[in-house]
Amino acid sequence: MEDNMNNQETVENIETPLDKNVKLMSPTRMVVRRFFRSKLSIIGLVMVIGLFLFSFVGPLFVADTAERTQLKDAEGNVMYDEDGNPMTALVYDPNDGKWGETELDESGKTEYATSEVTYTVNGVEYTLVQTIETTLKDNFLQAPSAKHLLGTDNEGYDIFVRLMYGGRISLIVSFLAVILITVFGVILGGVAGYFGGIIDNIIMRICDVLMCLPGVPILLIISTILDASEIDARYRIYLLMIYLTFISWPGTARLVRGQILSLREQEYMVAAEAMGYSTPRKIFKHLVPNVMPQLIVQMSLSLGSMILYEATLSYLNLGVKAPYAAWGTMINIISTNQDILQNHLYVWVPAGICIVIAVLGFNFVGDGLRDALDPKARR
Amino acid sequence: MIKYIFKRLIMSLFILMGVSMIIYFLIRLMPVDFIQDKINAINQGGATVSEETVNAMYKMYGLGDNSFKGILEGYFSWLGALLRLDLGTSFKYGIPVSEVIVEHMGISFAISLIATVFEFLIAIPLGITAATHQYSFRDYVVTILVMIGISLPSFFFGQVLKDVLSLKLGLFPASGLIDATVTYNSFIQFGIDYIRHMFIPILTIVILSIGARMRMTRTNMLEVMNSDYIRTARAKGLDESVVINKHAFRNTMIPLVTSLAGLLPSLFSGAIITEQVFDLPGIGNIALQAMNSGDIPFIMGYNMFLALLSVIGVLLADLMYAVVDPRVKLE
Repeated sequence: MEDNMNNQETVENIETPLDKNVKLMSPTRMVVRRFFRSKLSIIGLVMVIGLFLFSFVGPLFVADTAERTQLKDAEGNVMYDEDGNPMTALVYDPNDGKWGETELDESGKTEYATSEVTYTVNGVEYTLVQTIETTLKDNFLQAPSAKHLLGTDNEGYDIFVRLMYGGRISLIVSFLAVILITVFGVILGGVAGYFGGIIDNIIMRICDVLMCLPGVPILLIISTILDASEIDARYRIYLLMIYLTFISWPGTARLVRGQILSLREQEYMVAAEAMGYSTPRKIFKHLVPNVMPQLIVQMSLSLGSMILYEATLSYLNLGVKAPYAAWGTMINIISTNQDILQNHLYVWVPAGICIVIAVLGFNFVGDGLRDALDPKARR
Repeated sequence: MIKYIFKRLIMSLFILMGVSMIIYFLIRLMPVDFIQDKINAINQGGATVSEETVNAMYKMYGLGDNSFKGILEGYFSWLGALLRLDLGTSFKYGIPVSEVIVEHMGISFAISLIATVFEFLIAIPLGITAATHQYSFRDYVVTILVMIGISLPSFFFGQVLKDVLSLKLGLFPASGLIDATVTYNSFIQFGIDYIRHMFIPILTIVILSIGARMRMTRTNMLEVMNSDYIRTARAKGLDESVVINKHAFRNTMIPLVTSLAGLLPSLFSGAIITEQVFDLPGIGNIALQAMNSGDIPFIMGYNMFLALLSVIGVLLADLMYAVVDPRVKLE
């Protein structure tokens, strides 16, 4: 009986028209399906989304948001600085039990230092144990507790909250940089590849020069210039990011140019020519979309490397500077303080783990996309 | 071939010229009184920067004259000195910049060379097994490990290794190249101590760089394994190990050898972060310190040195490509 039913079904399937029987999939859906088939891509995606939530949504629940308020003197008059502008300061609510990015824990800390003094009276040795109790204003280097989930650093800032704000900086900077790199790379690479000849030559020689510029050493020079011109600590990282864009677009431009050189000889471009389309339309509507798969892969992989770049800059104390937080800046302390490196792992290890998760996440996603978008892939 | 090399050399000169312009105009963006502040800071630190050195630098770079003509004159006088291989005198170290570079690049080269040898020795076999066992458990393990290696920031991983291997376990010295407190009785003892000091920095570099090399080997190997002559070799009934090691591997060598040629000059440039973490007296660390104290002649000289190395690297890689792969014809 059952067999019979099955047979009937098969017969029905055969009789339905072919396009209903065969499941049609758009190329995009196929890519998405192949992407999600790989476990590594899913892990990468989870890592990236997790970090985004942690850095952008997390502070809403855990962190204290400061308000800029005008400073007033004892008589209640607004205070002015040298240039005649009203002075403001970030003021955190001290009673809400949350911590801000630049809020010090001023609940105090008591330190004990013991030393032994030995002296001899009439041939008998006496040992005195001396203990000095010091009360300090800031509660620094506090081990993880309920009050500070990951403890406080050597200044007394809450590490957990600073990890969130550091993540914001890293993610914003790397996304902005990658978007800018892609825009410049696509435009210049597209123009070079399409027109060829002297335009191509000029753009490619500029690429050659930029690719020979030493990366970190030049960043050191620029950072010194920024130091000299006294730029606000919060904005200097964005200026450095613009420089990163400036030296990184040649990679994307070369990729786009190489693809377009081979694509522009294809028949559909002859057809586009015959239709009388304008040049920008031909470049950006017909050629660039065909480079998209490689571009997407390149973008997700360079997101990882931009995060590494930003972290390295902050580690060298060139990027985001104290009191503002960045993952690299939070690790910077161990290059001078051996005690924290050895005995206070909670100060620097979490920031390092955050960097690794971010870069690894983007690399997994990029790798997964590369496999999913590859038309030659067998699986 | 000779015509091609000649053409490329001329082009390299133009590239270097472009780089020198960018570096020069960046330096010109620095306010002069800021430079003076930095010089004063060096003087207060104990070292003395003689008035002559400073004046010579001002003259050589044409600093202080901010008119368009002044900037142009400054650039060409610097370029002229550069062509005479005169990089000026370093403020911080008090000797010519070229001497500082020559003195310290040896250490950087030794460390990077050993690291590169290990990198190739480990990455190539791993890449080949990952490719020949594609989508197997082995492939996944290698790929994941490699990805973690690529994603580790060098300063963080270096510090972790330093903390665990040297400070906690006490297996290796934490920093520097020689132990100041030990007197060496024999050359062998000295050598062993040297190796012990270099072990963690080299380990750091190898682990961090192995990933990219392995992925490159794997991709190339996969491409080769899918080609027709491999199918022919298998059809002939050749042993699988012969197919992989003789027929496939030789063709995977082409990009590896080319990239090695391109890599060689950069071995002299120094690993800034790793050298800083382990406080090694390599050129990268020396440069970092010089730059932090605003040593303008050194900054400019070092950057030109790096640009020269990368130009040579690109040139070598392209030439090597033609040498290794007979199908490539240079126009």
